[in-house]
Amino acid sequence: MMDEEREILLLKGNEAIAHAAIRYGCDGFFGYPITPQSEVLETLAALKPWETTGMVVLQSESEVASINMVYAGGATGKCVMTSSSSPGVALMQEGISYMAACEIPGLVVSVQRGGPGLGTIQPSQSDYWQAVYGGGNGDYRVIVLAPDSVQEMADCVGKAFDMMFKWRMPVMILSDGAIGQMMERVVLPSFRPRRTEEEIARQCPWAVNGLGLRGRRANFMSSLEMDALEMERRNRHMQEKYKRIEGQEVLFEEYFTEDADLLLVAYGIAARICKGAVGLLRGKGIKAGLLRPRTLWPFPERRLGQMSSSLGQMLVVEFSEGQMVRDVRCAVEGRCPVHFFGHSGGVMTSPEEVADEACRILGKSNEMVNIASW
Amino acid sequence: MRREEIIISGFGGQGVLSMGKILAYAGIMQGMEVSWMPAYGPEQRGGTANVTVIIGDEEIASPLVDRFDTAVVLNQPSLDKFEPLVKPGGCIIYDAYAIHTPPARDDVSVYKIDAMEEASRKGNGRLLNMFVLGGLIKARGVVSVDNVVRGLGKVLPQRYHSLIPDNEAAIRRGMEMLTLVER
Repeated sequence: MMDEEREILLLKGNEAIAHAAIRYGCDGFFGYPITPQSEVLETLAALKPWETTGMVVLQSESEVASINMVYAGGATGKCVMTSSSSPGVALMQEGISYMAACEIPGLVVSVQRGGPGLGTIQPSQSDYWQAVYGGGNGDYRVIVLAPDSVQEMADCVGKAFDMMFKWRMPVMILSDGAIGQMMERVVLPSFRPRRTEEEIARQCPWAVNGLGLRGRRANFMSSLEMDALEMERRNRHMQEKYKRIEGQEVLFEEYFTEDADLLLVAYGIAARICKGAVGLLRGKGIKAGLLRPRTLWPFPERRLGQMSSSLGQMLVVEFSEGQMVRDVRCAVEGRCPVHFFGHSGGVMTSPEEVADEACRILGKSNEMVNIASW
Repeated sequence: MRREEIIISGFGGQGVLSMGKILAYAGIMQGMEVSWMPAYGPEQRGGTANVTVIIGDEEIASPLVDRFDTAVVLNQPSLDKFEPLVKPGGCIIYDAYAIHTPPARDDVSVYKIDAMEEASRKGNGRLLNMFVLGGLIKARGVVSVDNVVRGLGKVLPQRYHSLIPDNEAAIRRGMEMLTLVER
């Protein structure tokens, strides 16, 4: 591995996505500019990978076009992706559902901004439901990765490429304007060559790539199925796959959880702020910890369930009006109180504010304990 | 453990974001952990722009903070906004050119730097942020001048590397220009 290949750079999260896509052997990027993720397309345009690795970079006419280009590229077994922000990702939901139905790999990067509607360009996490529960129709799922640093933005691209081919389905990186716009030190991966046509033919025997005449039956892909029983069979097949993913692909980070009485639960930029809050709370002698889901689906519900039996309480921190908190409550099943703290519309918080909220909750519950023992 | 939480704020176009980026790169050159978090948005054209830079020995938990060790302010709205947010014992560095009401806090060190005036005298407005950067590293010493110059080499595209000596000179001039405001 050459030194210049593993160069340490100071990059924005969005720029890291672009560099990583090229280095992980992406075949094509199709995207439409929108704040706060425009640097993904801008950086790709500046790096001109079509002159080096042969990767295609195309500014499409709309987000609807982008996702359908990903749909088509993925159907041929190519490693393709798009990126956008909240209202743009809303436009892509139909395509994502179709990709899930046809079991087509593809990466969608969502750099969230405040909503609903056109909302604001400031950072937000109010598209958790959009990502995890989908705006498209049908019983489908999308693997959702949630990076909390610029380094993880880069790493998630490689992980997403692997997962989308392993499971033949769309994968989303759910980031936010803060992680997208902030700069941190990042070590980029070394170059992984794009797969050759022969490798694609071998690894993706399902692909509709015009090679059907060479000794195998022609492949066919469609999400339309007029036979109800057959449609249910396809659904059940996907559900089986989703169960296996829930068993194998859950990722999370635990931060000071060993002796924690109060567990903060947060992902992405909110998790970074909570790490600061854990430090402040520990400084005051409060045993706080953090569980950070690194995959939002599959969700670390088993681990949260285990922890809920031994913990005092949980505080879910999100930049939304309360979305992931519902999944935490589902996992906890009433075994401990689950509180929520958040801001929306692009308003950010600080470790100090989260720590204050944690103290307020603990104070309140201490009062309740006192009354109970009275 | 050393950690410096810095807010740099001014008008869009004064080079506030680039100054933060050079500082952050200097931190990397010095083997430290860094984060650079801009308030992004419509600020780029004439409004106020600011960036939070954190440089420390250890992993940076939150890139967002609501109290700062150092505030570098280049206009009145920035001073008004960030003066109350400097930690006691911290530091305010201001350019008097666009500030009519200087900082009033007596529990922080206050430094003045006439960077705008010096930039006009040199006939090069683009050196303004380099004078201020020089002042900042003189006041706080978080990173060395050599590492700042190396950071500059990383931030400037190759085609502008001929400008590095002028910028380095401006950084060193900024270090001389910084004056402690006696209270």
